[in-house]
Amino acid sequence: MSNSDDRTQTVSGKAAEASSTDKPDGSSRGIIVLCFCIGLVVSLVFGWVVFPKLLYSRKQQPIDFNHNLHAGLVSNGCESCHFLRDDGTYSGTPKLAQCIDCHQDVQGNSPEEAKFVEQYVKKGIEVPWLVYARQPDCVFFSHAAHVKAAKMDCVTCHGDIGDSEHLKVYEQNRISGYSRDVEGASLIGFKKHTWDRMKMDDCSECHQKQKAVMGSVQTQKEGCFVCHK
Amino acid sequence: MKAEENHGNTKKFGMVIDLDVCTGCGSCMVACMAENNVPFRKDESDKLKSITWMRVYKLSNGKPYPETDICYLPRPCQHCEGHEGHSPCVSVCPATATDYDMQTGIVSQIYTRCFGCRYCMAACPYHARYFNWYDPVWPKGMEKYLNPDVSVRMRGVVEKCSFCIQRYQAAKNRAFMEGKADIEEGDYQTACTQACPAGAITFGDLNNPAHAVYKLKKQPNAFRLLERLGTNPKIYYLSSREWVRRAGDNYLKNEGPAKIG
Repeated sequence: MSNSDDRTQTVSGKAAEASSTDKPDGSSRGIIVLCFCIGLVVSLVFGWVVFPKLLYSRKQQPIDFNHNLHAGLVSNGCESCHFLRDDGTYSGTPKLAQCIDCHQDVQGNSPEEAKFVEQYVKKGIEVPWLVYARQPDCVFFSHAAHVKAAKMDCVTCHGDIGDSEHLKVYEQNRISGYSRDVEGASLIGFKKHTWDRMKMDDCSECHQKQKAVMGSVQTQKEGCFVCHK
Repeated sequence: MKAEENHGNTKKFGMVIDLDVCTGCGSCMVACMAENNVPFRKDESDKLKSITWMRVYKLSNGKPYPETDICYLPRPCQHCEGHEGHSPCVSVCPATATDYDMQTGIVSQIYTRCFGCRYCMAACPYHARYFNWYDPVWPKGMEKYLNPDVSVRMRGVVEKCSFCIQRYQAAKNRAFMEGKADIEEGDYQTACTQACPAGAITFGDLNNPAHAVYKLKKQPNAFRLLERLGTNPKIYYLSSREWVRRAGDNYLKNEGPAKIG
């Protein structure tokens, strides 16, 4: 009996000792709070500033194309170069054959044009344009449906790229491989304009507003095979 | 039900397959594989692992010579409407990867959404769904033959016949360019329909009286597979032989083939 009593005493004694050393005084509590705050700030800065920069690789277009200049010279607006074929498929970025009509030789005094003629036209190599709006493989997007049938303008989805004098940097997600213009510049999903992002929710947002009849049994929205393939 | 009313004035694509005309040549299977980028392996002997969106089955009446008779039965996805679009696979999918579209009557499968639980395969009474056990590997140079309008599937997802939805999308595109309000029967035909040398497969809108399938499905010789399950499929079969019509379901000796409806 006495033995066990002793033991309890020593144990409780130790506990008391330990609690007295654990109790922080004013200065050590300050250090803990400071460390926490520094840690919080560091992780926030890493998460919001450093990580997005690491996540996206920044690539320059092969030629700094001037949309504004060309838009003033052509007769049919965007569709002069980015046209729809007769079967309703979309031609995308212009091929060399289209550019050659005017650019067989250097026209002006822009160094970019000289570079284009020298490196691509003379050698007959297609320009490896980086497409900002390239969608995943499973997506079926019909320009004909939106431009011809729904009479939408290019700006609604592509913004004012037609008025730009320089091509912006192409930012590619290193993990997914998709363009930042598709994923949206804002990481928290904040969206000011209709052209700020091109994800499924953005398509669906507009489709839900426009369409009266929703075919999908599961989602009560439009059917999946409208935009998927 | 609102959805049911909608289906009344929208499209309902379906097929009528004349089994008396089918010779079992397998052209539909080949056309389907090529059109839809269906993957295959070097050794296709294990049919549990091979993928055939369209598959031709061989039926036999099981009688000895000279009464012996065989019939070939092509089986794509039946695109079951079920009750108000609740087809067996759509009802069980936990990922909303498969869906029934009231606008076209097509059961869609979105490969990027599927996570491969295979509930739909268990639910499908027609074995029309297939699982990708392997990533597709194309023989050298064959990537160039792939159809750019169909996305290639990866390992771990389920796939099935889509009624060549990419052809419907292309047909709609052409209609938009021509300023037409709607597509015509010939604008949208599946690959198997066009490949069949015997003309056994007819494809069209089951709701449209101007389409050939509208009349064919009402023929007295028409039947559907596993009619009594209530899956309400959109593939109709025609056969003048009673044993073939009886082979469409598990009938008892004293039962006759069930009526469509």
